Amino acid sequence: MSDDNKTIEMEVLRYRPEQDREPFFQTYEVPFEDDWSVLQGLQYIKDDLDSSLSFRWSCRMAICGSCGMMIDGVPKLGCRTFLRNYHSGKLRVEALEHFPIERDLVIVVDDFMEKLARIKPYLIPKQVRKLEQGEYLQTPGQLEQYRQFSTCINCMLCYAACPQYGLNSGFTGPGILALMHRYNADSRDGGRDQRMELGHSDEGVWGCAAVAYCSEVCPKEVDPANAINQNKMGSAIDYFLRFVRPRGATG
Amino acid sequence: MSAQSGKRRPYLRPISGWWKRDPYFIRYLAMEATSILIALYALILLFGLLRLSQGEAAYNGWLETLQSPLSVGLHVLLLLVFGYHSYSWFKIMPKTLPAIHWRGAKVPQPVITRIGVAAAVVLNLLVIAGLAGVQP
Repeated sequence: MSDDNKTIEMEVLRYRPEQDREPFFQTYEVPFEDDWSVLQGLQYIKDDLDSSLSFRWSCRMAICGSCGMMIDGVPKLGCRTFLRNYHSGKLRVEALEHFPIERDLVIVVDDFMEKLARIKPYLIPKQVRKLEQGEYLQTPGQLEQYRQFSTCINCMLCYAACPQYGLNSGFTGPGILALMHRYNADSRDGGRDQRMELGHSDEGVWGCAAVAYCSEVCPKEVDPANAINQNKMGSAIDYFLRFVRPRGATG
Repeated sequence: MSAQSGKRRPYLRPISGWWKRDPYFIRYLAMEATSILIALYALILLFGLLRLSQGEAAYNGWLETLQSPLSVGLHVLLLLVFGYHSYSWFKIMPKTLPAIHWRGAKVPQPVITRIGVAAAVVLNLLVIAGLAGVQP
């Protein structure tokens, strides 16, 4: 059902590096229908009001992870947040917190991409199988050990939610540490030792202060705070085992 | 191309005042702050132990100080703080545990929190009952 006369004021954070010293808010009056997402509101602005507005988007169905933004101060995906829920008030849209702003709502993701590669986010087989030996098999129970953590879409909302990352960008951060756990917890994987050199460090799980807001904002219920904090236990056990393990022993 | 070259001029917004941005952060800081008051109460109890080691008169003096209106008020405040601290502790507990399965289904995190809080309440009641039993 649509109501033809509804409009909403969208305050959008603008930053055009070639002419603005710092970001500022620009307000747009946007007519909308009940099924319009915030992303559709931005597309209306770009198509009909101001073609200079920049933002990232792709799939419109919460799977590509491109349209993460601060909506009224909360990190959300623009495509699955609806304008009707903010109607009768203003709606404020900003670039994701804690990342440098490239232009308007577009952030610089270089730091995230570089850290993502660092945790080796791929299977490192425990025992390499030849093609004729067939697939790497896994039971449903073994799949369940990591499935939840494998649904991350790299949208970076958890980074915008994490004050630890905001205060110290050296911290690897929630999403990537959750992915690290995803591979470590996979029965087919044997790369834990390679990943945990970073995982055990202050840049790794110990950089987390268990604010746990990352898990609140995650659109895929990955629960990064759980992935990170259960690794603190594993990290502490590894630390103390060093003292009782015979010299030269591994695993 | 690096972020500094050409026309690129990435702007990093300051993080000062981050905790005011969301009520979630204020609750988090309140939770962290409770541990300061808990440390304070530990010091009060340790001081009692010290007074006990100094003899009966010293210990009775400490007990008397604890009964002053200011001290009773502090204890009421500390009781509330301990309650919130315990709750927040059990609220974060499921985040520190691997998934627990019961009869084939994953135990939801709020259930783990409620079990923890219930265990804390039962243990505290047992301690209070035990203390009531040894009162002269």
